Amino acid sequence: MTSYRVAVHVVPRRGILDPQGKAVTEALHSLGFVAVAEVHVGRHLVIQTAAADATAAEASVRAMCAKLLANPVTEDFEIASVVAA
Amino acid sequence: MKVGIVRFPGSNCEDDAYHAIVDHLGEEAVILWHKDHDLQGSDVVILPGGFSYGDYLRSGAIARFSPIMNEVEAHAQRGGIVVGICNGFQIACEAGLLPGALLSNDRGYRSMPVTIRVEHTDTAFSAAAHAGQCLTMPIAHGDGRFTADDATLDRLEGEGQVIFRYVDAAGHPTDAANPNGTMRNIAGVCNAARNVIGLMPHPERAMEPLHGSTDGLVLFQSLLATARA
Repeated sequence: MTSYRVAVHVVPRRGILDPQGKAVTEALHSLGFVAVAEVHVGRHLVIQTAAADATAAEASVRAMCAKLLANPVTEDFEIASVVAA
Repeated sequence: MKVGIVRFPGSNCEDDAYHAIVDHLGEEAVILWHKDHDLQGSDVVILPGGFSYGDYLRSGAIARFSPIMNEVEAHAQRGGIVVGICNGFQIACEAGLLPGALLSNDRGYRSMPVTIRVEHTDTAFSAAAHAGQCLTMPIAHGDGRFTADDATLDRLEGEGQVIFRYVDAAGHPTDAANPNGTMRNIAGVCNAARNVIGLMPHPERAMEPLHGSTDGLVLFQSLLATARA
């Protein structure tokens, strides 16, 4: 088994009202960043886990997302990186 | 009737619910520790309000894996009555006992009295009310925006699973009466089998004149009416 560090982004599903993202968008606009179309605020999780290889580490984290880390009704997730660490 | 009220780490409305059952209904209640695996013969389970596990990750997301939730889910599958109030509603949604999800309010934390309209009286937590009855009671939550996709919302409406809706003083579900951005002014729903009911407002905090409203009483009386039916 090797130790892997897996980073995951969990974000509100597109089309679902994201009050935090909306407030941040408006704040950026008020600061002059008028080119900003939209901002989504989610969670970034870094998971240290043991696995046989990188593929197994990613599969394991996907299962964690499905069961606990993301709400399947309202959130999407993506694996940002998998590195041996 | 015996009511089991689950205490999770961070629950803070379990004693209010206990008071409602024991002192107002004159029925038996027991506080159930979330790490236990025993409902102690409870006919009804209440998942109370609070901030279980500090609302970490998502409200209710960690509590729904507490050991006693295995027994709560089995109780619900047998047709047993489960009522989720505020954080308990969030836990029930996370557990899949109720449809949808409760997301952060579109305007931050709200602590205020609201008026809700009873949409259907064929559940154990609305049976003593009459359809269309308007009740005043408090809300106190940051994550009460009921959210589901359009197909699910249409199904809930079609099957009569929207049990409580936020309304104005005239009984209309207006935008102004919506305290948190919840879809279709939904304040409470039930599952398809109609034995699991969840709502964001706090009927246990509207039980006696000192509370400023006694409108929560009729919802708790519904449990008793159902148990005796």
